[in-house]
Amino acid sequence: MSDDASTAQEQAEVAESVAPAIHGCPVTDSNGQEVIHASVEQYLDVVKALADEGYIMCVDLCGIDYLEFMDRALPADIEPQRFEVVINLLDMAHRRRTRLRVQVPEADPTVASLFEIYPGTEAMEREAYDMFGILFADHPDLTRILMPEDWEGHPLRKDYDVGRIPVQFKGANA
Amino acid sequence: MSTTEEKLTGQQADNTRTGDAVDEVLDPSVNKVASTDDLGRNYHLFVAGTDEGDQKLKPRSQTTARELLREVGSVLRMSEADAANLGELPDDPEEDQTMIINMGPQHPSTHGVLRLMLELQGETVLRCKPIIGYLHTGMEKTAEQLTFMQGGTNVTRMDYLSPLNNELVFSMATEKLLGIDGDIPDRAVWIRMLLSELNRMSSHLLFMATNGMDLGAVSMMIYGWREREEVLRFFQEVTGLRMNHNYIRPGGLAADLPAGWRDGVLRILDLLPPRLDEYDILMTGQPIWRERLQGVGVITPGEALALGATGPILRSTGVEWDLRRDQPYMHYDELEFDVVVGSYGDAFDRYAIRLAEIRESMVLVRQILERIPEGDYRIQDKKVTPPPRARIDESMEALIHHFKIFTEGFKVPEGEVYVGIESPRGEIGCYIASDGGPNPYRLHMRDSSFVNIQCLPHMMRGGLVADAVAIISSVDPVLGGVDR
Repeated sequence: MSDDASTAQEQAEVAESVAPAIHGCPVTDSNGQEVIHASVEQYLDVVKALADEGYIMCVDLCGIDYLEFMDRALPADIEPQRFEVVINLLDMAHRRRTRLRVQVPEADPTVASLFEIYPGTEAMEREAYDMFGILFADHPDLTRILMPEDWEGHPLRKDYDVGRIPVQFKGANA
Repeated sequence: MSTTEEKLTGQQADNTRTGDAVDEVLDPSVNKVASTDDLGRNYHLFVAGTDEGDQKLKPRSQTTARELLREVGSVLRMSEADAANLGELPDDPEEDQTMIINMGPQHPSTHGVLRLMLELQGETVLRCKPIIGYLHTGMEKTAEQLTFMQGGTNVTRMDYLSPLNNELVFSMATEKLLGIDGDIPDRAVWIRMLLSELNRMSSHLLFMATNGMDLGAVSMMIYGWREREEVLRFFQEVTGLRMNHNYIRPGGLAADLPAGWRDGVLRILDLLPPRLDEYDILMTGQPIWRERLQGVGVITPGEALALGATGPILRSTGVEWDLRRDQPYMHYDELEFDVVVGSYGDAFDRYAIRLAEIRESMVLVRQILERIPEGDYRIQDKKVTPPPRARIDESMEALIHHFKIFTEGFKVPEGEVYVGIESPRGEIGCYIASDGGPNPYRLHMRDSSFVNIQCLPHMMRGGLVADAVAIISSVDPVLGGVDR
């Protein structure tokens, strides 16, 4: 485990020294892909600025629960939190992509909704809410999307057990 | 989490099921942790209802202004003045003159279990809300339980009409994490391209069938299935299965192409052109067909981009965006092909684009046939490649290696990666976060259908109910991918 931690540390340091910050956010390189680490407060402004720079489409938005992997590689000044919201932006004119990772604390899992900038994130934010319980402020219709509305819990959280269906005759004497 | 468990065990102790207790457990703010022991005994507590509740389309009086805008398909940012008029929508009638109806989830033209709630005035659609999740089986959660080795069997079942593309994007993401994405043997890469294009053809041929069926061209349905079957028959020869192949795997392919594969491909290439010409006679030039599709479900480039639509929907608006050409992966940059675009963004353009893309894929397949090199069909990297079958019989080490790789899988370095490719329905993306173990820590599939169906409210607004069917069909959603 200590081995992993040290390699993670190295990766973070190397990545950090390579790329300059974008809109005040540290940038790392993940397998050749640009990753911007924004805080919850910076998130909306950074995305707005990137949208104005030509990132015309938000291709993907998803949540991650890092409960069991808190020692992942992150830039030094980014404090790891339990949840992350990851968005992929696409700039068609320059044919480039970028990815934003936002650390979302467990105590207050709320981030701004991108609905006003990219209306196409509506369903994806609902999915992240449904699966992880991450709240999106100012989302027009923050309801569950894949699970029934009265479902308890958020299935993709790491502390949500996969569960089993009781099997008939399982305990029977052979 | 411990509090919930205590609650449950406490309940077992006094063995009462008061309404209060049930309410307490069903309280959505409590994060449920279902220990498997509890699950058996308190099964009734875990079987929540299946009510869609707030997900449903509500009467206007209960709908917020922003929600309403969403449901009428308003997409682009409004000016301040427009925003001030929110909720008035001057042309819209009073609530008592409209009717909310359900379409689906069990309606043949909803392509699976898509449920649409429509608000109608007479025959005109005013609002629309897609309700999904009826096919949700938690495949992203399942992916976390399976190793990278087994993951292909899972992702291939997501968008079940383009299984090979799902496997491809999953394999490419895994290979990128492993750092072997540049080392895949050429033959494997070219075979992947061949299968990817054939899969695009089979998927579009099925679209031809369902689109025809939805619009009353029932013979077209039979023709489309018939042609698709030819492609699937080839897949069966190569992979052993018609669908859900698990043929493209991290590191290469499951097996080399069988003897006589080239004849199989050539047979498809000879067979299809005259049949596609028949489609043109049957549908493309036919006045009834055109009447049903032209000008129906129109979407502009700006709106399609804002909604994140990709694939034929985006290209129907005239935006030339095809990942095969614009962010080339594998060897697509070495091939000559056209990106087919429309100009009106209507259902007819989307139909015509898919028909043209079948022909374009055949052009690609012909070029690929000429260029498939000899060589290995998988990377010779002991970490990810199981030993050849013959070695297992003679070497104990090979047997152990084989056993280890299939039981424990291979470890993938820490990190996260997103790979997107052009599937028949648009960009399909795979986001994998790895914690260094043999299973993905998190696997997320960006499914094009999931994003594309957000265009429905916009395309439906102001159209007729009869056109609603044509519009759903023209978006070509696959609910297995939408719900995952």
